[in-house]
Amino acid sequence: MTVISMNSVHTPVAPQTGVQPMVSFRDVHKSFGALEVLKGIDLDVMPGQVAALIGRSGSGKSTALRCINGLEKINGGELTVCGRNLRARDFELRDLRKEVGIVFQSYNLFPHLTVEQNVTLAPRKVNGLDAAQSRALAAEVLEQVGLSDKALSYPEQLSGGQQQRVAIARSLAMRPQLMLFDEVTSALDPELTGEVLRVIGKLAAGGMTMVLVTHEMAFARQVADLVVYMHQGRVWEAGKGTMLDDPQTVELRQFVGSGL
Amino acid sequence: MLGVSLDQYGFLVQGAFWTAVLSLMGFVGGTIVGLPVALARISRGWFLCRASSAYVQFVQGIPLPVIMFVVYFGVSIYGFDVNALVAAAIAMTLYSSAYLGEIWKGCIQAVPNTQWEAGECLALTSLQRFIYVILPQALRIAVPPTVGFLVQIVKNTSYSVVIGFFDLTYSAKILNNATFKPFVIFTAAALIYFAICFPLSRYARRFELRLNRRNA
Repeated sequence: MTVISMNSVHTPVAPQTGVQPMVSFRDVHKSFGALEVLKGIDLDVMPGQVAALIGRSGSGKSTALRCINGLEKINGGELTVCGRNLRARDFELRDLRKEVGIVFQSYNLFPHLTVEQNVTLAPRKVNGLDAAQSRALAAEVLEQVGLSDKALSYPEQLSGGQQQRVAIARSLAMRPQLMLFDEVTSALDPELTGEVLRVIGKLAAGGMTMVLVTHEMAFARQVADLVVYMHQGRVWEAGKGTMLDDPQTVELRQFVGSGL
Repeated sequence: MLGVSLDQYGFLVQGAFWTAVLSLMGFVGGTIVGLPVALARISRGWFLCRASSAYVQFVQGIPLPVIMFVVYFGVSIYGFDVNALVAAAIAMTLYSSAYLGEIWKGCIQAVPNTQWEAGECLALTSLQRFIYVILPQALRIAVPPTVGFLVQIVKNTSYSVVIGFFDLTYSAKILNNATFKPFVIFTAAALIYFAICFPLSRYARRFELRLNRRNA
């Protein structure tokens, strides 16, 4: 795992090394109409790193995450993900989506399909796996999230935490190089967040590169190699998890102090 | 029975058979035309969207009997001899495709946008997303209103009487002319219509309740 120390305030940009960042924001701007949500973001996430985006609602952290897999188009700057420049002329969004998995707050499982079918739909249709291969794949990823016994259930029969783990398994089945998590525990009861966070922690330990937007400060401090505090559309402060113990800016101090 | 012979009731049943045939033709035709209309209505293409919207509004703005007249008499002016069944079937197709297209458009849009998004993020193409993710969910939503509209189709086939198509209403009219027992005959016709429509509405209602329970 490449962990680069980044205690510099404002510029979490990797120093020049041989390894290319998995995600690289350079002065990225994004507006919705007249509202500028990202006002020049610089950020590098190296292979194997876990980056946690934290901040108040409206700080632009979810938008930044959604830009990474092209759900939102950036208006300015440069964004490179898995070696692909998202603004290049020959950029193919679908190719990127094969390499980047995303998990949403609201799970967004396919309600008409079983857990196994949810997991195998894309591998079968996009990667052309046959029935036997996809069943083996489903067994593998469901095992990873601890839901081997739920393969034939429908999403509505599962708890929120289980549904979210299925959503993680569904993304893993595409064998992504990078996983994005958008407030994946925010819709869950407190007693269910633990099981989801454990799965994410296990993935992190396994070396998966991840970017997560989260309100779970303790979790961010524990698993993230890089904590990025966003404020008013900018990277306000970034560094290791210990940064949260010793905020350099008033805004982060207030944010941490607000008990979130 | 009530001054009407069994044979004469049989005559009504014959008419009911043709009502069923015309309903089925209208529904099948309406499906074949209505499905592309629904897809065009939700398409991002400016032309498709406008053209299908214009089609729907145009057809919905014309009374069904007038559509029947236009198809039946209008087409024969140009030297095509259409029989009443074909004309009525074309008119029913036009009529039901406009409504079914609009109903199904709503059903497709009722599937949450996040489902499109989830499919998109798994690198499914837009066609794959539609076929494997959206359509199965939209179909389930579509059953109650579609069956409900089937009832409208069955009842509205009675307008084909204006172009002399032999259906249940027409057979009742003829029978009335022969027997002068309008109350008995039209009540019998009404009961037959009801016997066709009631099970359909019951089925639609049952399916709707089941769907709501699942979503609850």
